[in-house]
Amino acid sequence: MPVPELCSPPCLTRLLLLRSPPPHAGPISAPSGTARPGSARPFPHRLRPRPCAGGGRWCGAGLGAAMRFRAKIVDVACLNHFSRVINTIAKLARTCTLRLTVSKLYFILSDKVANGGVGMWCELNQGNFFDEFQMEGVAAEHNEIYLELMPENLSRALKTAQNAKAVKMKLTNKHCPCLRVAVELPSLSSSSRIVTHDIPVAVIPRRLWSDFREPSVPDFDVSIYLPALKTMKSVVERMRNLSNSIMIEANLSGEMNLKIETDLVCVTTHFKDLGNPSWALEDGCQSSQDRDPESMAEARIDIRKLQQLLAGQQVNPTKALCNIVSKRIVHFILLHEDVSLQYFIPALT
Amino acid sequence: MPLTAQPAGSAEPYVLSASLDNARHLSSLLRAVHFQDHATCFATDNGLRVTVEDAKCIQANAFIQAEIFQEFAVQEQTVTFRINLSVLLDCLTIFGTSSLPGTSTALKMCYRGYGYPLMLFLEEGGVVTVCKINTEEPEDLLDFDFCNTKVVNKIILQSEGLREAFVELDLTSEVVQITMSPDKPYLRLSTFGNAGSAHLDYSKDSDLMEVFHCNQTQTNRYKISLLKPSAKALSLSCKVSIRTDAQGFLSLQYMIRNEDGQICFVEYYCCPDENITEEM
Repeated sequence: MPVPELCSPPCLTRLLLLRSPPPHAGPISAPSGTARPGSARPFPHRLRPRPCAGGGRWCGAGLGAAMRFRAKIVDVACLNHFSRVINTIAKLARTCTLRLTVSKLYFILSDKVANGGVGMWCELNQGNFFDEFQMEGVAAEHNEIYLELMPENLSRALKTAQNAKAVKMKLTNKHCPCLRVAVELPSLSSSSRIVTHDIPVAVIPRRLWSDFREPSVPDFDVSIYLPALKTMKSVVERMRNLSNSIMIEANLSGEMNLKIETDLVCVTTHFKDLGNPSWALEDGCQSSQDRDPESMAEARIDIRKLQQLLAGQQVNPTKALCNIVSKRIVHFILLHEDVSLQYFIPALT
Repeated sequence: MPLTAQPAGSAEPYVLSASLDNARHLSSLLRAVHFQDHATCFATDNGLRVTVEDAKCIQANAFIQAEIFQEFAVQEQTVTFRINLSVLLDCLTIFGTSSLPGTSTALKMCYRGYGYPLMLFLEEGGVVTVCKINTEEPEDLLDFDFCNTKVVNKIILQSEGLREAFVELDLTSEVVQITMSPDKPYLRLSTFGNAGSAHLDYSKDSDLMEVFHCNQTQTNRYKISLLKPSAKALSLSCKVSIRTDAQGFLSLQYMIRNEDGQICFVEYYCCPDENITEEM
């Protein structure tokens, strides 16, 4: 099936604009100058170069003298929300990259596609979570920090923080680089109770930063809003009992089918009236415009990976959609007021 | 309900076609007999019977009367097929097992006859699921031949009385021994486990006892592993009838009331483990 030629691939930064307009509202416009033809690389198709051999994984990459990170959450609602996001990440990735910038936090997973791996890109506005947030990158002109960590550790540290008065996070380098999570618990006496977790992290040197570049939205055949995630989760859970792979198909008439087929049983669940988000491009041309609205784009994916996403997500998105590149990849986007989570599941051959 | 099972213009009749407003009425009963992967289904004008067996020693039957269904049409005297019960249950509960109040899964079920798959059409909140489950060759089933004239002892209990006993059954005991007698101890459940023996007696005059017809003293042992699956049926039921025949075969009949107040039955038959002649 020929992939519709896009004038320029839509850039992800504009995804955040999806939040505001209702599903059928006007096209989503891209901030000008962000999408350059040819610059977008299908994510996560690039292989990651191996870190240098011997010794530590990211050898020679200790904390730079200037590198500093310190943040604080006081508000209990923000804290719970942050915990839910971290729990979600922990369900989806064993290790991931945490990228810190002045205004945002990113959790990035880019497994090798050659290994059938999935990709994840989760973006948070720090201002909506943190009361204090100070960071200094390696250099003024590269004011960012890239860390590799196990999100499960962070999730576990935040478990103790459910009724905390405050949670402080700090990058430290005593014996090895650590993300220190200090939880201040309520106490009846005047002395405070503080639980500290030191989460080992690896600092990713600048020459590898390019591996964690913002993924581009693939040149999808069909983009569609997802049905109620609760219903979808239940359907996918039952289908998982019956099969290892699931076929997702959708068209531009707001219809989506989930299908499994085995020797014992064939099950198809039909969703309709889902709506298709409109993706406008810089020069005003509409993507997939030549496509027959009835024709289905389909991809068969590992059902466990889809189930992981549906069962693991705790962000309760206000908007959820998926983009299907026929027989190549399914790109899920879950949007919440201040969180966006993208998940890429490659198609099985 | 916009469930059109039969394509327009198709004249080929289904030997079985049934529809049900709430698929849970069916799935909860099937779960009560789900201790093996495979089940044999019999459909007659009276309704649907689903039979599951294990080790040629135990048989469970779920009866879903035709009245439970909104539509139930059978074109042959008996329509019989064997099906994977685990798959059937996953399909019936595709939209989840616990439905919110006000939402229920509507079901239309069709079977074209020998060699054809069983078709299910499920709908909830405008979402439709179509399932095609392959059927298998029916196998010979045990005939326990448990007619009323052969029944020696019969007790009907309120299920709550037996539920507690089942929860606390000593699973280190290989068997559960059931004594039914016109005299004391009337009804006794015993286990013989690692930590010693346990006996549980029900008096004939207990509030839990609804019917007590015991003609002779009988003591029989049943494999606990065989009776354990019936706990699922017990937990759903409101009354249970315990019957034995002269050979010590046991029949446990569970009366189950669904959310709409309709009555269905699940029955377990079990062979005795060994003959015990001496009195305990």
